[in-house]
Formats: sequence, C-alpha cells, structure tokens
Amino acid sequence: MSILIGRETRLVVQGITGREGEFHSLAMQAYGTNIVAGMTPGKGGQTALEGTVPVFDTVAEAVAQTGANASCIFVPAGGAPDAVLEAVAAGIKTVFCITEGIPVLDMIPVVEEVRLAGARLIGPNCPGATSPGRAKVGIIPGSIHREGRVGVVSRSGTLTYEAVQAMTDAGLGQSTCIGIGGDPVIGTQFLDVLQLFRDDPETEALVLIGEIGGAAEEEAAAWAAEHMADIPKVAFIAGRTAPEGKRMGHAGAIISGGAGTAASKVTALEAAGFKVAGSPTELPSLLRAAGFRG
Amino acid sequence: MKIHEADAKSLLVAQGLPVPPWEVARTPTQARAAAVKFLADPANATGKVVIKAQVLVGGRGKAGGVKLAGSADEAEDVAAQILALEIKGLPVRRVLVGPAAEIVKEYYLSVLLDRSTKRLMFIGSAEGGVEIEQVARDNPGAIVYEHVDPLLGLPDYAARELAFKIGFGAHWKAGAAIAKGLLRTMLANDADLVEINPLAVIREHGAQGVPVERLVCLDAKITLDDSALTRHPGHEALRDLDAEDPADVEARRYDLTFIKLDGDIGCMVNGAGLAMTTMDLVKRAGGEPANFLDIGGGAKADRVAAAMRLILDDPNVKAILVNIFGGITRGDEVARGLIEARAQQERDVPMVVRIVGTNAEEAAALLEAARFETAATLDEAAAKSVAAARGTAA
Repeated sequence: MSILIGRETRLVVQGITGREGEFHSLAMQAYGTNIVAGMTPGKGGQTALEGTVPVFDTVAEAVAQTGANASCIFVPAGGAPDAVLEAVAAGIKTVFCITEGIPVLDMIPVVEEVRLAGARLIGPNCPGATSPGRAKVGIIPGSIHREGRVGVVSRSGTLTYEAVQAMTDAGLGQSTCIGIGGDPVIGTQFLDVLQLFRDDPETEALVLIGEIGGAAEEEAAAWAAEHMADIPKVAFIAGRTAPEGKRMGHAGAIISGGAGTAASKVTALEAAGFKVAGSPTELPSLLRAAGFRG
Repeated sequence: MKIHEADAKSLLVAQGLPVPPWEVARTPTQARAAAVKFLADPANATGKVVIKAQVLVGGRGKAGGVKLAGSADEAEDVAAQILALEIKGLPVRRVLVGPAAEIVKEYYLSVLLDRSTKRLMFIGSAEGGVEIEQVARDNPGAIVYEHVDPLLGLPDYAARELAFKIGFGAHWKAGAAIAKGLLRTMLANDADLVEINPLAVIREHGAQGVPVERLVCLDAKITLDDSALTRHPGHEALRDLDAEDPADVEARRYDLTFIKLDGDIGCMVNGAGLAMTTMDLVKRAGGEPANFLDIGGGAKADRVAAAMRLILDDPNVKAILVNIFGGITRGDEVARGLIEARAQQERDVPMVVRIVGTNAEEAAALLEAARFETAATLDEAAAKSVAAARGTAA
C-alpha cells in the first residue's frame, strides 16, 4: 500500500495543454501513473499526451466521463486557487497543486472550502508525491526512487530529491514521498501526512525534511512522540545558518522574533525520538541506527 | 515588500481609516512649508509639529529620526538634520511632517497571517507605543488575539468583541470600525501585515477651542505580498530602491532569489530548501556562505550567467559552489550557462560544480571538456569549496 496515490489513482491534470502541464504529464504517464483525463477550458474534445488522454472543458465533465478521483494542477498562479475550487466542487478528494507564486490571501478561503468539502489539498508550491512502482503525481523525477517501506515527507522540492536519492543510493526504498509545499498557507501539514503514514501498514520508518519558519515541525514532532513511538524516525532541518528576519526563498521560510529557528525544531524532534541528520546523506545510516532493517 | 509609513497611511486613508493629516517633504524648505500649515491649524493642541524620517527600518526614534519642532525655523533645521542622516545604512530621502499629537492613551492593533491556523489574526493590546514583542515577553496577558473567519471575514459582532477585549473604553465603536478597516486594507492591497502602533486616543482643539478626543492611526506599517504585486499596478511605485541593494534589483530582473551574507563562498543552487541546506553544509565544512541564491526551477543558461555575475560582484567571494539537483531544471542547460559565464568573468575564482538529476550525464561531459572541478555529493562539494576558498587542496 501507499498513501494518497497508488495504482487505484485515476488522475485528471488541470492545465494539461500548457508547457509545464504537458511535459510533466508525459513523465507521470511514463512512470505508470494512470492519467485518465486532462482539463483545459476551451479545449474540450481534443486529446493530449500524443492522443492518449481526452481533454475536457470542466473538471466535472472529466469526472463524469472518466471516473477521475485525483487531480494535479499546473494552472498559473492567477487561476490556480479557482482550479482547486473546481476540482473539489467536482467531487475530487485528493488535489495536488504544483503552482508556485499564489498570493497568500487567495489561498486562505480555498483551504477552508477544501476542508469543508472533506477533501485533501497538497500544496500549493509543492513538488507532488510519488509512490514508487505505483504512481507519481507532480514533478518529482521518477528515477530517484526505489520501492520500499520508508515514508518521506518534506516542505521542499529539490531538497526532497536530495534526501530521496541518498536513501535510494543506500538501498532504502520508499513507500510514498510527499512534498507538502513551502508556502505559508498549504492544504496539508506534516501532521496530516504523519497520520496517514501511521495508518499505512507498508510504511515502517519515517523521514521528515523540514526547514526554518513556522511551528509545523514542532507540532508534528509532538504528535509523533505519542503516536509513532515504535517507528524509526529521522529528520533533517534546512536553514541552520539562515539569518533572522530574511525570507529564504520560500515565503514560509523566515525566522521571526527568534521563533521558527532550526535549533528549536531540532530540539523538538530529538525530544520526540527523531534522530536528526547534519546532512541529507546521513539519513540512511541514521535510519539504520534507529533500528530500521528495511 | 515593505513600504514607507506615509504610503501605508495613504492606503489606510483610502479605506476610510482615521489618520491625522501629514505631508511628505524631500527638502528642508518643503518641510518648513508643511510645518507652517500644521502650526497654524486650529485643531493642533500641542502647537508643535512632528518630523519623521521615512526609512524602512525599525528604531527610527532612537537613531534621531523622529523629532518635534515648535516653529517654522526649527522645523526647517530639524528636517535638514534628519535628511542628512543615514539610519542603519539607509539614507533618509524623505520626511513626514504632521501636527504633533497630544496623546491621551496608546494602543496596539495589527492584522497578520497566523500560519498555524492558516487564518488571518488580529493582535491587539492596551499597551501600545512599545514593541509588541516586548509586551509579549513582559506581560503576555495584555495581548488579545482574534482570528478572522476565512469565509466571513470579521463580522461586526467579532469586531466589537475585539474592541471590548482590548479595552478602548468610550472609543469602542471607533476601535471596532478601525479593526474592520485594517482588514479591508489588508484584503484590498494583498498585504502580509497591517500594523498600527500606536493606535492612539489623541486630544485636539474642536470648535471654539473645546478639546475633543478621537482614536486615530498615528503610525502605520504595511508589508505587501510579493506574489500579488502584479495585480496592483500602483504598488511597484511604492518600492524604495534606496532600501535595496543593486544586487536585489538585478536578481529580481532575472527571477533569482538572492540574499547577501557575510562569508566568502558564493553559492548557486536550485530550490530554496536545497539552497539553505547547501549553506548549512558549507558552514559545517568549516566555511562561511557569501550568499543565499536560488536560481529557481527550469533555469536556462542566461539566468545561470546572471546568477554568476551577482555572486562575483561580491568582492569577498573567494570560491563558488554550484549545486544543482535537476528536476524541471536541466543539468546541461546549467552547465552551458556556467561555461558561458566563466568565459566572460573578469575575476578568476575557483568553482566547484555538482550537477545531478535531469541530464546530469550531458552536464558532466560538458563540464569535463571545459575542465571544471566537479563533485559527486553535496558533502564533497562543500568540503572542496571550503578548501578552494582557503587556497588548499580538499
């Protein structure tokens, strides 16, 4: 098994005819993801991905015609919040929003609407998720993965690739890898993903990749201490050397008033039983030191 | 993006909020003209004007950037002094001139994003005029929090509740209206933060010299969401280029995120999290990063070349570490950009390049042909760059 996506995923890609949408949809398809529909308003009736996927004008129509049950959004920032609302209104329960640069105030009511609809939004500004050997949704390079039993969750994009590559190189495969996104307002937090991993019988170890800013790592650590005590857990926190008050690329990555520092996160994670790595390359050996035999 | 107090006040006035009058002066003569007007205003209860430096840093008062004047001559002198100041490295180009308020009581009120609840939140306190962080440390019970409903905003009842909790006394109606106005200001401008400190009850001369009290926004601090600037065409004009390093301007032009630091190892990375990690590992290897630089996803050769120029413009840089994990970004594109940039660069600085992921093999071939020093892992790249900066072999 895996979390969020798997062989049962029937994906609709919103913005499939755009440059990014098409490029990454082809990569997803090559990885084995079942893309059942594309959606671009005004292009209904056409096909995409070299004629293999029908395109619809609306998500509702895509769902009705193809039974799509998950969505991946490559719509530009101006239209992405609306794209999330459309997916949820069409009854889709798992929505990945890859788009970056969405104004924060736009996402606040959208995240609330998603919650009220009982759906799950991953992102925005996230790389998506991969369940190795089953499906990948988003932009994570498929080649870095290996099938296995380690759950990986991260706020970052390329840093996730770095950590996953290190695991794969060391022979440690993954059950699912998820990038939750670097924006201040995102649909799914570390804590939500940890709950999913705990309930997944195939996930037997946890890698958490955090960064400075906010308190999501601390909240996740406290929960894991109580509910994932018996699972080997390792973490890496980026931004130990970041200066206070500067926004380090990700809108969410800022240390303000001494809160959200790497030190506070490392302390909280270690207190919760995580082994915290000084470099992503140390994650596999720490995981073995924590008792993981996978 | 931070904006000046005077510009923030204009955004508040546009939403109907009570702000005492002010004028912006760029010269002592302009300040004098403004002072003459406010000194003659019959509502002015203090008979003085206040002159405030417009710079985008805190602690203006302590730096001598906020002063009172009781006459036109004095106002001109004071303005000349302030306009000659440099506060925390920033030159003062403009001053705000307004009537000096007779303050009866100071409050604090702000609205900002609370990340843990993913909602907007008001922070209020009857202990205004000092830093709210200080109040939070010394007297946390004096701070009131009120979340904004993500769908409904701040209904009247919630605004009243907030006003009563803060304790505006007789001014509760004005307090509630101001809270709603701050939220309107935030939404209308895509602000990250709207902060009024102090929000003050001031005493003015009303008709026939009878004193009247009202609640007004005496100071204003607004920061705007960078991601939303394109849909507010007027906001770009509020940017203070003096407060920006020329490197920031250049970085924005090429869609790069660049933050200058104090070390000597220049870093070029794709992705914010990986860029922070690269800095951390440089430090761990015993070096000091000279910058944070994220070239973003899908960078092409020209963006890479611009990034290299930014790094080399810093004379402290003694070595450069390039760390690219290709996903959207193609390694060969980056390699071409590096080769092009090195051909143009005037200063010979050792460079260590690590490119993995998409098209890494093509990149490796290009780099090898061009005799670049490469590294397989990030740890190795960090160690090699630190050694290069010291002029020793890794």
